[in-house]
Amino acid sequence: MVTTDNIIETRGLSVTFGESTDTNRVVDDVSFHIRHGEAYGLIGESGCGKSTILRAIVGLNPDYDGEIFFQSQTVPHRRDKSFFRRMQMVFQDPYASLHPRKIVHQVLAEPLRIHGLDRHEERISDVLEAVGLGRDFRFRYPHELSGGQRQRVAIARALIIEPQVLLLDEPTSALDVSVQAEILNLLKKLRRERGLTYLLVTHDLAVVAHICERIGMMHCGKIIEELSADEVRGMRAVKDYTRDFLAASVGSRAGRIDQEMLPS
Amino acid sequence: MSDPLTAAPQAGALATWLAAPVPASRAQAQAQQFWRAAWRLRYNISALFGLGIILLLLLVAFFAPLIATHDIYAQDLASRLQRPSFSHYFGTDELGRDIFSRVIFGSRITLYIALLTAAIAAPLGLVVGTAAGYLGGWIDIVLMRIVDVFLAFPSLILALAFVAALGPGIENSVIAISLASWPPIARLARAETLTIRTSDYVAAARLQGASSWQIIWSDIVPMCIPSVIVRITLNMAAIILTAAGLGFLGLGAQPPSPEWGAMLSTGREFMLTNWWIAAVPGCSILVASLAFNLFGDGLRDILDPRHG
Repeated sequence: MVTTDNIIETRGLSVTFGESTDTNRVVDDVSFHIRHGEAYGLIGESGCGKSTILRAIVGLNPDYDGEIFFQSQTVPHRRDKSFFRRMQMVFQDPYASLHPRKIVHQVLAEPLRIHGLDRHEERISDVLEAVGLGRDFRFRYPHELSGGQRQRVAIARALIIEPQVLLLDEPTSALDVSVQAEILNLLKKLRRERGLTYLLVTHDLAVVAHICERIGMMHCGKIIEELSADEVRGMRAVKDYTRDFLAASVGSRAGRIDQEMLPS
Repeated sequence: MSDPLTAAPQAGALATWLAAPVPASRAQAQAQQFWRAAWRLRYNISALFGLGIILLLLLVAFFAPLIATHDIYAQDLASRLQRPSFSHYFGTDELGRDIFSRVIFGSRITLYIALLTAAIAAPLGLVVGTAAGYLGGWIDIVLMRIVDVFLAFPSLILALAFVAALGPGIENSVIAISLASWPPIARLARAETLTIRTSDYVAAARLQGASSWQIIWSDIVPMCIPSVIVRITLNMAAIILTAAGLGFLGLGAQPPSPEWGAMLSTGREFMLTNWWIAAVPGCSILVASLAFNLFGDGLRDILDPRHG
């Protein structure tokens, strides 16, 4: 049943790439839900379809089967402006997600113009402040910024139209480890302050355990198991594949980064 | 709000303004970008040489009435076919007209044709190419088949056909050359667009609710402009040659207009006895197209690092 508690829900979501004879079912009958204000993580190895789910939900990939609900309403395959107003996405690579010939001010002013919002200068200053960059950054080009600064600009771009849901596609995997921690703490802070709902995709257990309350383990296009953050930390998984996945990656990094970031 | 948005450069403080580590306005940020790109040109001797000649051509064309020593239409049959001398720097032609003055005024016609053609062909090619590349589907197929048809003709032959249909004259040759030179630009812009349209920043713009035309205009066109500028500058040489070719064949500027191609055409009859009549306009065409080629190469180096 669809309950009003869920902000996002998918039912039987499937995505198939390729022509009739040579098809590849990347996402296979996935049903899951995210509650209001929750941070949900999708983990899995490369190519398991987790980013494809994200792109299907946000509307970058309109060719999917099954249904996606947003606040209990089916969303059409072609999304409209009011949908984007409520759901935004942060991309994996901040070196590719900012237009190389646009200064920060332009990047942030365009969504305001598209959605007809007022007080541009004020909103731009506020959002730059919120992501930990000063107003001085308004007239910089992306190539004058570091990777972490770029990702902050990308987060600011997503937040400036005040969406309810933020989809995060491996938001830290292109960054240095020290910068990763800063960005993750920023995401955590923003969620607390603004009551955002997150859907995070990553292959990094430390990231997902730090940000998310509920975690879906993906394998070959299916969500095979859902765990809580505590279950991930304690490695209490039911499925063999999940246990192997956790064991393979937890030992090396999760504890260390989690400790580094705890003071936040 | 104390906003330094309109911080204008003080007199004498231009260098500081251009070198400021934190730009205070969009105009300043853009000026700094432009300045840094222009500054990179300084080691490129051949590009500077080309730029120098282009600037010289522009100055000559602008101040032609001041530089010219004789009336370009005044015939003086008593002093026809004279060798270069101090009274006629480049000699006189078969009707006794001063070739120096005619070449000076001819630069106006050449630049007029070249710049007007560029101003028609570049935007047309850019719009067609980016629209075909971004929108895809049947729009892409239709537009690109049209481009293929145009590309199937040699450009001079195509221009000849248009001039034959429209009638000879400078305006018609501009139209004819433009029609022949936009398809390669459309091809180029489409190829660039295909690599840009799948990028994350275009996806981000779509997620912000931008329409296709907004994305083409504000995300794709700015990325295509540098290579189009490079291409059109390199094309200028071909445009100048085509214009001269049309003039030579009697389909471009009509006598007594001092168009270089037309001058070359009349000089051809006296080539063996009075070489300067053909050599001077011929060399002018050579130098002008060489200048645009050299400058275009230099521009490619600074605007398009992939080919650098």
